[in-house]
Amino acid sequence: MRLMIGKIGRWFDHRLQLAAPIREAVEHPVPRNTASWWYVFGSAALTVFLLQLVTGILLALIYVPSAGEAWNSLQALNHDIALGWFVRAMHGWGSNFMVAIVLIHMVQVFLFGAYKFPRELTWILGVFLLLMTLGMAFTGQVLRFDQDAYWGLGIGASIASRVPVLGPAIVKLMLGGPIIAGATLSRFFALHVFVIPGLLIGFVALHLLMVLKLGINEWPMPGRIVKRATYEAEYHALTKKDGAPFFPYAIWKDLFFAAFIILAVAACAFYFGPFGPTGKPDPTIIQTVPKPDYFFLWLYALLSLLPPSLETPALLIGPVVVILGLLLLPFLSGEGEKSWKRRPIAVLTVLLIAITLGTFTHLAGFTPWSPHMNAWSGDPVPDRFIHGTTALERQGVLVFQVKQCRNCHSLGEVGGQRGPTLDGVAVRLTQDQLIRQVIQGGGNMPAYGKNLSPAETTALVAFLETLHPAGQAPARDASRDVVAGDEKRPGGSQ
Amino acid sequence: MSTSTSTPAKLAPKDNEVSSSNEISRRGFFTKLGILFNGLAATVLAVPIVGFLASSITRGRANGYLSWVPLGSVNEFPEGETRLATFQNPYVMPTDGKTVDTACWVRRVAGDQFQVFAVNCAHLGCPVRWFPQSGLFMCPCHGGAYYRDGSRASGPPERGLFEYPNKVENGLVTIQAGELPTPGAVAFLTGEKPPCVS
Repeated sequence: MRLMIGKIGRWFDHRLQLAAPIREAVEHPVPRNTASWWYVFGSAALTVFLLQLVTGILLALIYVPSAGEAWNSLQALNHDIALGWFVRAMHGWGSNFMVAIVLIHMVQVFLFGAYKFPRELTWILGVFLLLMTLGMAFTGQVLRFDQDAYWGLGIGASIASRVPVLGPAIVKLMLGGPIIAGATLSRFFALHVFVIPGLLIGFVALHLLMVLKLGINEWPMPGRIVKRATYEAEYHALTKKDGAPFFPYAIWKDLFFAAFIILAVAACAFYFGPFGPTGKPDPTIIQTVPKPDYFFLWLYALLSLLPPSLETPALLIGPVVVILGLLLLPFLSGEGEKSWKRRPIAVLTVLLIAITLGTFTHLAGFTPWSPHMNAWSGDPVPDRFIHGTTALERQGVLVFQVKQCRNCHSLGEVGGQRGPTLDGVAVRLTQDQLIRQVIQGGGNMPAYGKNLSPAETTALVAFLETLHPAGQAPARDASRDVVAGDEKRPGGSQ
Repeated sequence: MSTSTSTPAKLAPKDNEVSSSNEISRRGFFTKLGILFNGLAATVLAVPIVGFLASSITRGRANGYLSWVPLGSVNEFPEGETRLATFQNPYVMPTDGKTVDTACWVRRVAGDQFQVFAVNCAHLGCPVRWFPQSGLFMCPCHGGAYYRDGSRASGPPERGLFEYPNKVENGLVTIQAGELPTPGAVAFLTGEKPPCVS
């Protein structure tokens, strides 16, 4: 039997002539200390990518890339087709895992100085692979053609429209027409299924080829300085002196981690199930709060918090600066220390970016900048704010509730967080300031002058004046006392 | 491996001899001509490819994406109030499904005087909702707010709501629509923006 297999193998290899180069590739010597758990993320990213290819092809057997049918075909996958829900869940969770693993891989490569000479091009291809991975994540979210996808496309179009001069043309090119419709979904399908995966496969092949040709980055030692003139000879000597064949010396960790990642994706898919689809992509249903997928939440938060004047420059120049910075990195610091122990700025940069993105993502989880669209008058003003109030103040409570102040302001910890909480507003603002703020607005608050009668404003401000802690007097305008004369001064003066 | 590479290796010196004579060889001339010929073929092919890709931009200028569409009878919109209306986009493809149905906010100021706003927030296009009690349009995404006349009240938008041109014809409120309104400056060279944006 073994003889037979050997014979068949030799027959094929005589024609393919692949055995020798493959053996050379898998047995190439790697520095011993790179057989580390820190070096498994690249192969894990490749594993998840292959998983995405398989599950993606399975989904394409049922999915219909038509604006009229896509949502129904997703429902069929979720509910009618045996295990369709599981394949969808695998693909969705695989996407999240892929973005995460690619990012971790990138951070590891950055902190280990692997982008330095002679691996600059490997890093640059890696930057493009990251961009393509994010491109796959966004186009994939569009193919899950639901309300989030529909309005997400609107947000994408609004961002693209801000490009000077070419904006409107880019929008129509992106949407495939004047509005988000059938042609839009079809072109995102082409991008997600043909264009980007094709590029990804090519770039991954080159990326891997370079890892093989140039050798895996050695474990960085503090004080071992990279110099263009000597590095390659040093690396060669290192693999000779302290090298071991990649197979079988180092590969087992990659194999274990790859299997672990596949099982982790499957476990998440099984436990949490597929993502959406949310409501039907019907533009006449406007009772929706569109939100991007997890990895774009930080952007969602950033767009809410940037001052309006900075937004367009940040949207158009920001990505260019970031991408250029990443591409130029190996040329700006192509030599020198590799170890993170001697590169404090590199470590701080990673921490700063991680904390910033983490904070924005966290904020996007509860969107303090958005009015509570459903607060309306359903939330009653708590008893303790009404106890012992006058008729006028109670009238103010009604105005407060009916005019939906609580969409933006919380009272008794219920309500929106767009504006400041009003629990102690009387301590912060005098009566005059309250009237001015209500009528003219200011800061982030709209003016209510046209929407409130003078009587309503008086009642509302009378109620707001009562909102101060028991032992603390409301804010007063001292000049008033002088003008009015007969009013008693608060506090110490007699 | 070695046998297959040996044949071209033997031929190579011959080629070098020919080209080193500083004359354009017959073979070299035809290779160059072949490349040129393929360049021509690529140019011929590029015209329809670019034309096809750009058709989503150019189509609008040729036939016009915009046209007047009715929203309903004037009487459906009480004076002084703002109501949601829907219309079908004038440009429809068979695969569009429900996406061609579009919503808009209709404010009847008085008599035949109307204001019709796009639901798309002028910040990044999320659907704004009208709150008659507080007299504001509010956006669920990034917290934009607008007054009843569509002007900016607060939040990140840099301008007021997009307003469709409207007229009353035969008792019907009609608007000029057909293009997704987006923020950003109106381009001079590459195509206009719909009138609701300006």
